Amino acid sequence: MTTEGTIKKALPVAVMALAVLVLWYAGAVWLNAPTATDALNRAGPGWTTADLIRATLAMKRPILPTPDQVALDLYTSLTGYPVTSIRNLLYHTGVTAGAALAGFGMGVVLGVALAAGIVQARTLESSLLPWVIASQTVPILAIAPMIVVILGNLGFTGLLPKAIIAMYLCFFPITIGMVKGLRSADPLTLDLMRTYSAGTAQTFRLLRLPASLPYLFTSLKIAVAASVVGAIVAELPTGGQAGLGARLLSGSYYGQTVQIWSALVMAALLSVTLVAAVGLAERALVPGGRGGAR
Amino acid sequence: MPAAQPAPLTLVPPAAEPAPRTIVDIRNLTLTYQAADHPVYALSDVSLSISKGDFISLIGPSGCGKTTLMRVVADLEQPTSGEVTVNGMTPEQARLKRAYGYVFQAPALYPWRTVERNVMLPLEIMGLPKAERQQRAREQLELVGLAGFERKFPWQLSGGMQQRVSIARALAFAPDLLLMDEPFGALDEITRDHLNLQLTRLWLSTRKTCIFVTHSIAEAVFLSTRIVVMSPRPGRILDVIDCDRDLPRERTLDIRESPEFQRIAHRVRDGLMEGHSYDD
Repeated sequence: MTTEGTIKKALPVAVMALAVLVLWYAGAVWLNAPTATDALNRAGPGWTTADLIRATLAMKRPILPTPDQVALDLYTSLTGYPVTSIRNLLYHTGVTAGAALAGFGMGVVLGVALAAGIVQARTLESSLLPWVIASQTVPILAIAPMIVVILGNLGFTGLLPKAIIAMYLCFFPITIGMVKGLRSADPLTLDLMRTYSAGTAQTFRLLRLPASLPYLFTSLKIAVAASVVGAIVAELPTGGQAGLGARLLSGSYYGQTVQIWSALVMAALLSVTLVAAVGLAERALVPGGRGGAR
Repeated sequence: MPAAQPAPLTLVPPAAEPAPRTIVDIRNLTLTYQAADHPVYALSDVSLSISKGDFISLIGPSGCGKTTLMRVVADLEQPTSGEVTVNGMTPEQARLKRAYGYVFQAPALYPWRTVERNVMLPLEIMGLPKAERQQRAREQLELVGLAGFERKFPWQLSGGMQQRVSIARALAFAPDLLLMDEPFGALDEITRDHLNLQLTRLWLSTRKTCIFVTHSIAEAVFLSTRIVVMSPRPGRILDVIDCDRDLPRERTLDIRESPEFQRIAHRVRDGLMEGHSYDD
């Protein structure tokens, strides 16, 4: 790629990032101004607008911390402590990622199995699909503590309850996408398999499954991001000491907004990384790179 | 083989002109299906016998049941009444024994497979070892003039090349019967002429029995030993024209200017006109 091409690609990204930063700083000034004004008034009269802006950008417990405050907090957390330390955010990210990936794996198995059943047996479609859809109308925040309590009673603690909640969120897009994908084979190609007197299993393996892959990967990208949300939500009621959810909770207990924002940034980075990894797997596994859902 | 062994086969005089064996036999075939408000007679009392080595074209306007007729032979549609045998078996038995190769209107190639692996698909389903699959695929691709394209993906090929791949795929497991449903319908005329020429050579060299559905009179006359003219509402056979008497088996594109060719084409056109009601 030429440098000109790189610039063309990078320019919109840079402009967008700059706009976000400007808005973020403006928002910090605006939201933190009331508290900062109070503090300046208490210190005495005679402060200028410049004093106010400086104060809003360097507060100990801001309503909205500035990007540089978040960046500094992330830097000290990531470099100041060993990865195994509870004060290092990477450790918490790892805990959440473990639960999310375990849930994602279970969600893929469950989602693909459900889709295969629904596509192969008409009765399963009418009996199973309404339940699959109904399961997603239950707010995850309401059901997550129940799952944690019930599984805790059964003796399951730690990763498993979190993984199950992550799975609960991410099997749905996989089932829906996979059903569509498994049915996406061209009627002519299905006739073709019939002329070869191919069995149901052969048609599934040689035609339906490969035809579904582009759809599956689109769903997997949604599902892997949802699994991170599921894992974080699951960490809120567990009262655990580790995980990005636990950091968010303790941050809000103690009014540590900077800590909350750092955890949010790490969660976003985790999701982006996982979605990118799914994209790489798609490139490797879907040859030709044409046709299907994209 | 021991020398004492008698060779009874040599006692039979080598039959230079054996009675042509019937490959496909269709008797009083009727197929109706229920549309929204009225029954549709897709095929009405169709009878046709196809001998080994024949090249039969089914020609007629849209809705005359030519594709349906071929799909019945392939056991992709079930007739309402009548009898069909393929190699002396029911169409279903013939399908299960993989008696025919089917070429569809569209190439129907798998976009995730390379050209070679597309041709290998039926062989894979039949459970042939990999080395043999590969060798047969190479042979068939060479036969349709696509040697060197094994590793390409279908979308890297032109429409005409894709349809040639699909013909190679239909030939890969060496069926005696080749069913082709307007394989060149979507192609431009120059490509179509070229492929017609290739197909007629392929047919001469492999001695397959072919059933070919087409819209084009010139294509039908050029390729066929017999032309079956069909008419819609209800789908039925109007005329069966023997081209073998007047045209040589080995044909070149020049033949289309010959008076014999024109005469047969004229008769096909007359048949089509007769069957077509212009009141709608």
